[in-house]
Amino acid sequence: MSKIRRGVSLYSFQEEMFLGQMTVEDCVSFAASIGATGIEILPEQNMPSFPHLTDAQVAEWQAMIARHGCHFTAYDMFLDTKLRKDRLMSDDEQVESIVRDLKLCNRLGIRNMRVLVFVRPDILARCVPHAEALDVHMGVEVHAPWHLEHAWILRTIDEADRLGTRHLGILPDMGIFMKHYPPVWRARFERQGARPEVTQFIVDSHEAKIMAEYTIFEVAVKMQGNKAEVAMAETLRHNQYANPRRLADYAPYFRHIQAKFYEMNADCTDPSLAYDEAIDALVRCGWEGTLSSEYEGNRWIQDVSEVDSREQVRRQHVMFDRLIAQAEARHGTKETA
Amino acid sequence: MFDKYIIDPATLRNTGPDEAPDGFAFETRLGYYRGLTLSMVEELNVGIDGEPVARADVSFDDGAGALTLDQMETAYDRRWAFGAPATILVRRAGGFPKGDHTLTLQQKLRISYMPFPSFNNDEKRISFG
Repeated sequence: MSKIRRGVSLYSFQEEMFLGQMTVEDCVSFAASIGATGIEILPEQNMPSFPHLTDAQVAEWQAMIARHGCHFTAYDMFLDTKLRKDRLMSDDEQVESIVRDLKLCNRLGIRNMRVLVFVRPDILARCVPHAEALDVHMGVEVHAPWHLEHAWILRTIDEADRLGTRHLGILPDMGIFMKHYPPVWRARFERQGARPEVTQFIVDSHEAKIMAEYTIFEVAVKMQGNKAEVAMAETLRHNQYANPRRLADYAPYFRHIQAKFYEMNADCTDPSLAYDEAIDALVRCGWEGTLSSEYEGNRWIQDVSEVDSREQVRRQHVMFDRLIAQAEARHGTKETA
Repeated sequence: MFDKYIIDPATLRNTGPDEAPDGFAFETRLGYYRGLTLSMVEELNVGIDGEPVARADVSFDDGAGALTLDQMETAYDRRWAFGAPATILVRRAGGFPKGDHTLTLQQKLRISYMPFPSFNNDEKRISFG
């Protein structure tokens, strides 16, 4: 039995849910059908009565998940520091909002909470006693352009160490391992008027790992790039390749992964993100947790084609099975560090 | 991320007496991947053929009663749920113009984790009347 479990975030089906083509239960049923039995939810997306869930609604959710042989893995919180136009939330109000989410997370029986990356580490430190009492791990989302060794992320690691807690850590988003520029992004910019020779230059620069600002200057100034070309070049600022080997260094600080992706090839390979290297690193260090699909390709193709999130997620899970098996053949299944 | 879906052109209708409409209405959905408290919907900019409608002439109803954009600024206890249609009401003598016209909508949202506001834009060519 592999230590790496497979799951999906309901975020993956946002196109179909938005359009009323799939219900939440349809998503869970589909996840179960491909063996992705870990369910990550966004209460602010999936629960219309948020934040006022009744006990009956909580029970309905739990029964629905169980009916499909699934289980909850993670709760994605949000923090509306700009709720008011006239001022930011005070520190006390921020703590209160996060504690509200910790309580709902606990009522649902979920033990991992995805914390938005912009939430201040010192605010989270104040929430740690509540997270411990409710037994919820607060994982700060390591989302591109942040990465595992970004100074902002290290502040959370330092807080967790200082407090000696197992209830504060991180939650990596695999978008940080963008080894190749996503073809589906390039195609969208070309439909918006970017010239193929310019998009090729941007793709080549990303492939060569040239620092984004050089490429942006080349495209915007030297090539006199149009709006779509400059916008494409600017995506390089936020989408880079971090070293997947660092996953092993921080493995004790995370129990859940958001398996972001933009497009899967028909042969069930990811053209952009370095899942082969990431899964190898996770298996090698004996990490235990859930790879939770986060399909975010809809916004790149909806102008020209129907979105089929199910097929995309299905392909990603075929890839997970293959890469986990290959890594386990190389490294065996290790005891958790 | 849902720009092209935020105006539902099939719902466009005039309001007020048939013979003398005093405005028009249409349904919209929030172009964002989660629900949002109404206080964070900063602007609902409506336009007809490129001409902006005055802010004071626009109101919003999520089903719990119409609010002006000024009233929405302090609606801290009302949420616009993900994917849920709401109604935009526009005060305009004569209603929506007859014939082929372009209706535009821009939603300006205050998203706390983003350094800048989020804009969702949609434009629909509509034959009306």
